[in-house]
Amino acid sequence: MIPRLVIFLLALSAVAAAQKPIVIQNATVHTVTKGTFTGSIVVNDGKITEVGETVLVPPGATIVDAAGKHVIPGIIDCHTHIALDAVNEGSVSVSSMVDERDVIDPESIAIYRDLAGGVTTAILLHGSANAIGGQNTVIKMRWGKDADGLVMKEAPPTLKLALGENPKRQGQGGGTPVGGQTNPRYPGTRMGVEDVLREAFTEARLYQAAWKEYEAKTARGEKAIPPRRDLKLDPLVEVLEGKRLVHAHCYRADEILMILRLGQEFGFKIQTLVHGLEAYKVAKEVAAAGSSVTTFSDWWSYKVEAFDAIPYNAAVLQKKGVLVSINSDDASGAELGRRLNTEAAKAVKYGGVTEDEALAMITINPAKQLGIDKYVGSIETGKQADLVIYDKDPLSSYAKVEKVFIDGQMYFDRDNDLTARPKAEAEKKGLIEKEKAEERRNAPQTPPSRRPS
Amino acid sequence: MRPITWISVLCFSAVLTVLRAEPPALVAIKDATIITGAGTVLEKGTVVLKDGLIADVGTAVSIPKGAWVIDGSGLTVYPGLIDALSTWGIPEAAATSGAARAAVAPTPATPARPAQTQTTLQSRARGPEDRPQTTSWVMAADLVKPDDRRLDAARTAGFTTAVTFPKDGLIAGHGAVIELGGETSGQMVVEPSVGLYMALRAGGFGGGFPNSLMGVLAYFRQVWIDAAWYKNAKQMYAGNPTSYARPAYDRALEGVLQAHRILLPAGSRVELERIVRFAAELKTPTVLYGAQDAYRATDVLKDAGVAVIVDVKWPTRQRDADPEAEESLRTLTLRDKAPSTPAALAKAGVPFAFSSSGLDAPRDFVRDVKKAIDAGLSKQDAIHALTLGAAKIYGVDNRLGSIEKGKIANVVLVKGDIFDSSSKVQMIFIDGVKYDPAPETPQGPPGGVPGGRRPTTGEEVQK
Repeated sequence: MIPRLVIFLLALSAVAAAQKPIVIQNATVHTVTKGTFTGSIVVNDGKITEVGETVLVPPGATIVDAAGKHVIPGIIDCHTHIALDAVNEGSVSVSSMVDERDVIDPESIAIYRDLAGGVTTAILLHGSANAIGGQNTVIKMRWGKDADGLVMKEAPPTLKLALGENPKRQGQGGGTPVGGQTNPRYPGTRMGVEDVLREAFTEARLYQAAWKEYEAKTARGEKAIPPRRDLKLDPLVEVLEGKRLVHAHCYRADEILMILRLGQEFGFKIQTLVHGLEAYKVAKEVAAAGSSVTTFSDWWSYKVEAFDAIPYNAAVLQKKGVLVSINSDDASGAELGRRLNTEAAKAVKYGGVTEDEALAMITINPAKQLGIDKYVGSIETGKQADLVIYDKDPLSSYAKVEKVFIDGQMYFDRDNDLTARPKAEAEKKGLIEKEKAEERRNAPQTPPSRRPS
Repeated sequence: MRPITWISVLCFSAVLTVLRAEPPALVAIKDATIITGAGTVLEKGTVVLKDGLIADVGTAVSIPKGAWVIDGSGLTVYPGLIDALSTWGIPEAAATSGAARAAVAPTPATPARPAQTQTTLQSRARGPEDRPQTTSWVMAADLVKPDDRRLDAARTAGFTTAVTFPKDGLIAGHGAVIELGGETSGQMVVEPSVGLYMALRAGGFGGGFPNSLMGVLAYFRQVWIDAAWYKNAKQMYAGNPTSYARPAYDRALEGVLQAHRILLPAGSRVELERIVRFAAELKTPTVLYGAQDAYRATDVLKDAGVAVIVDVKWPTRQRDADPEAEESLRTLTLRDKAPSTPAALAKAGVPFAFSSSGLDAPRDFVRDVKKAIDAGLSKQDAIHALTLGAAKIYGVDNRLGSIEKGKIANVVLVKGDIFDSSSKVQMIFIDGVKYDPAPETPQGPPGGVPGGRRPTTGEEVQK
């Protein structure tokens, strides 16, 4: 009884702590959507309740003096594979039954590294090994929480598709050996990828019709054996019904046009073209289809289909009216995710976009692409308090992240990190010493050396 | 049926009796310290074993007439130890060939494809419908043999019982509670189906579905949906076969529907959380195995009300590890703290037992449990996990796990404390039949004789 009470009280005090208002004062506030000014942000109950040059400071509020510092909304990464225990179910060309939500690794150090780089939200995408990969999950970098605690519940469900080299690679004779044998998986060409997609969505339509027929029968009072629920087809039906957003991995202009046409044929929008390195060639068509692009700043020629990439891609698309974001495509290491701010800055350098437009490419634009812009992506009253404090202008390559808040709670503090390091190092050393001592104790007694000393 | 036949049978068995004396049906162990496993310790107690059951136990028990008597002074009597997740009893050859052979060919649950396709793509499952690496119809009870060479060593380590499983594939088959002795396979089996063994990373990914962790989880989810659908469709069809299309027979689903509980692996805290959450979806009672990091997840396990089976092969630094390689704090901490998991589970009130998985030899089992005791587990909780606790997890505690009247006569006589490295197992009784510990150095031809070491006869019972 007593421990439960203690736990309850602790929980209560944690809630109370979270509820304590925070005011970030004297900062250069980059709201991204409503201009930049020197002022304050009031955070109450995990949400931004007031933003302005002068604000009402609630009684008992924790004051964070950010004079000379810059605050931006938490960075959102629209393409990562971090914090996952599995990325590809590449055995079959249609693996929409798999869900990255099942394999989140909340202890992956990539989460902390992202935090340290100002990233507060990211989508964990299925890989691009097959035409229809799987269901993805959007997380917030609430370092220390379990998998369930990381998932951003407000984010709509998504499905990953992949076009081009990767999904067709295993279809060609000399494909990547899997488990010691080559995998003769269909398709082996770009035409085949299109065919696999068309066949899958056709199958989904038939499945959808079978359920409708069954529902009509039962509505009429007839008894019938229901269709078998199929986890592979359920998400495809949700795409057809507009309830699930599509993220399509693609590179070349021709395959971008193909997937836009295929979407139109089946009546769904391609929410986001992922990579889309040649999207600048077909910007008008992408804009007309209402699709968006998440791309790299200046990363190209690492594979044949990336030869025509240009560092002006994001800027060109932006000017043609396409919603663009810049992503990291990080795997477990989280390297680029630590400095998406400078990646965005390159769009200013190469493409001449404004600083606000550049910041939008890593905040509000990816929020829109993920369908979460109602909650995050800018510093506005009513939004979740995901905030990053930089010591310098965030588009400068000298800028360092000092503090990161998610839902009004501080999850990263540079000073705390630096002070905690020697302790962790000492703990590690202690464990190594302890283990070595034990090994020496258990080691077989060696006979005394015969050599005279 | 004819009288002449009966007479000859009687004569024959009389001859056998002469050649090999029947083991005594009535044995009394007196003046021993008895750890009953039910919470009491009896000094100078007596246990009476009769016809394979414990006929009586206590400090004021009169020794029945005609009983063979063992003077137990200086000895401690423990309930027979239970390996809660084992392959003991399934001779390795039989285990790997039988189940694995069946696992190679996916069993089509959908209408058969052209024969040509089936031969060329035999091992490549194209989706859940091919029931990849699934042999849910395999029963450990059908695979156990008394001539498994490991039984002798297991008994010598104090084990009388194992919950033994087929382990090949993703859904491998049904485990059985077996006795680690007996003349025939049938005699070994106490309970033929106590749980369906499932794995997340089965060997032999041949490029077919599934080849990822999330693929395996999605596969299990689909199988459970299919099983519910199948059960319903079969019922509807049985009630009205003239109105519905006949649902196709699916042996994989039949096997899944028969499962009383499932066993799923979860080692780290992340995995424990993940699988607890996943198992709740399947709505089938679940036991988690591995669980060495469970000291960090007792809250999750307690809330979910699941039992765990902890591997006693504790993680150690690889002998051939690169001395220059730096290990993470997390790895170092797990190695340091893993043996404290049983103590943490006991403290939190999470039911747990131990498994021999990964051990080189049964003799290491108790030695490794001792490491958990050194890390804070009480001896009483250790014995509980090795006996009644294991029996409870599988619902066989009405018959096994303690020295109580009416339970199966599985007891171990030990000179000294069983957790003391200098202690010696003196005798083992399984179903009331006496076995001797194996001599220090192995004797006889490898492979042994059917029945392992024969039950010793009454004349040899002396001390």
